[in-house]
Amino acid sequence: MTPGGNTSGPAEDVLRTEQISMAFGPVVALRSVDLHLQRGEVLGLVGDNGAGKSTLVKILSGLHRPDGGRIYLENQEVRFRSVQDARQQGIETVFQDLALVGELSVYHNLFLNREHTRGGWLRFLNNRAMRAAARRFLDDIGVDIPSVDTPVAKLSGGQRQAIAVARAVRQENIKVLLLDEPLAAMGAKETSLIIGLIKGLSKEANISIIVIDHNYTHLFEICDRINVIQHGQVTVDKSLSEIKLEELIEFMLQSFRRDVATGGAK
Amino acid sequence: MNSNALAPRDVSHRLSGPGVRRLIGQHLSELVGILVAIALAVFFAIGSPNFFTFDNALVLSQFIAPFAIFALAEVPVLILGEIDLSVGQMYIVSPFFVTYWNHAGVPVLPSIVLALLACAGLGLINGLVTVKLRVPSFIATLGMAFALRGIVLIYSNGAPTNPIGSDTLVNILGGWSWSEALWALGIAALLHVMLRGTAFGLHIVAVGGNTESARESGISVDSIKTWCFVLCALLGGVIGILDGYHLGSLDPATDGLTFTFYGVTSAVIGGTALTGGRGTMVGACIGACVLGMIKDGFLILGASSFALDLVTGLTILLAMILNVQVERATSMKGPRRSFARALGLSFSIFAPHRNGRVR
Repeated sequence: MTPGGNTSGPAEDVLRTEQISMAFGPVVALRSVDLHLQRGEVLGLVGDNGAGKSTLVKILSGLHRPDGGRIYLENQEVRFRSVQDARQQGIETVFQDLALVGELSVYHNLFLNREHTRGGWLRFLNNRAMRAAARRFLDDIGVDIPSVDTPVAKLSGGQRQAIAVARAVRQENIKVLLLDEPLAAMGAKETSLIIGLIKGLSKEANISIIVIDHNYTHLFEICDRINVIQHGQVTVDKSLSEIKLEELIEFMLQSFRRDVATGGAK
Repeated sequence: MNSNALAPRDVSHRLSGPGVRRLIGQHLSELVGILVAIALAVFFAIGSPNFFTFDNALVLSQFIAPFAIFALAEVPVLILGEIDLSVGQMYIVSPFFVTYWNHAGVPVLPSIVLALLACAGLGLINGLVTVKLRVPSFIATLGMAFALRGIVLIYSNGAPTNPIGSDTLVNILGGWSWSEALWALGIAALLHVMLRGTAFGLHIVAVGGNTESARESGISVDSIKTWCFVLCALLGGVIGILDGYHLGSLDPATDGLTFTFYGVTSAVIGGTALTGGRGTMVGACIGACVLGMIKDGFLILGASSFALDLVTGLTILLAMILNVQVERATSMKGPRRSFARALGLSFSIFAPHRNGRVR
């Protein structure tokens, strides 16, 4: 059960990390993370709370800078100075808090910091163009919103999630999409909408996606491959043909019992 | 049945679109400001025949204009969830900067430009201390306010002087009776377009509404905040110079904090949230009108200057209580108290769909 950094041929990998580590003061969040992501693949990240999944996503999205290790995007070593920087290099992230502004309308959120503007450096908003483009785009990917003028605070959780994902994949040069618990707190209908959205994006738009979620059933529905993160390391790397849902659950339960027995030794 | 009662409300919400109701719902706090202003106008008109006269309109405009510019300056900072307490002291200091440069041999117009640049620079310091050194803006700008007061008093030795300039310039900049009002209107229009119509304005609201989200969207939160402090200080400097020419003399001992708070109060009466995320330039102007009318109206009614402060204070308090309670009554978050519920009931006439209790 070694992490598969080089086993499947790095040439196909869109994204690859080597020995990523990060600590917050005395708390070690990531020890040494090696993972890889192929083009058009959906990779599921599994792990207990505090295992380091969210930290990893924040590093890959440019929000945190790792203490050590390397990130390769299309075989080029990259360093992200900021979320903006990572985004420009093709990594889009939908964070748990969705990064939406409740006070702003749907279309302003969709275009936040990527506004259609006129007038050069004065950057006058072209609201008409943004409104029309937002409506067209949401129709295209099948997201049903009463009006794009609605402030986001008035939407349901699923609608907000859909808006956040829609905003991420609107980007032209998107190579990797990171989704941090996209299905949390969602109804059945909304869950199937988001699952459909993710599948469509990977199969039709050929976008490579990393998904974090606690619901293994959902992950098995969306993902091509599963990585388990424990104590800041990737401990399991299996494609769906190699592991069954029951086996994964059993594995997680056993390691949980082991942790309890050893006092969660790190 | 409950479910039946809820159903039409949901539909009305869906269909509301760009209707009158939605407009009222979005601009409720400005609406309250306008109602308060109208009520005050009626009250003063009944109280004194001199209120609705051309002469008083002029006096009124001269009360309102500086309040409005202070409020306009504060609005972006307040939307960000910050506050600038030094703007009133920028107002005191800026005309002294002009005399300083002029005495150093610089012609008047370049001196004014240099003075405004100096104010902008001080605003930059406000911003950087808040953003980079993480000092809460309340303290950072309060420190700046006291420091500036010290600088002015040291430089002037406490003695009042006259502003420097030729006739035409003086008239444009505040000597002519209506010029301050025109400046206020111009600045209001400019800032309104900035806030509502530009990416910068959108980013201000985004940062104020949800700082983390704005940061994650790649907006440079620090630079947005810093620019707003620069803008605020610059506008403080502008009013200082305008009012200096308007009054014809500069008193270094004037308390700038009072002016700061007139600005903040005007902005808040006009619906700007002290907690950030919400505020409009139109609201700031309405708030300034309310405050200006209180000052002017009670003077006309012949209230003594001691009583004037008392009445001003109480009126501000009343206007704010009304505003906050209306906000609570119509907001969809949090529990509603009895007063808010009563108000909510009366406001349901205007905006029924906003009063749907969320379960």
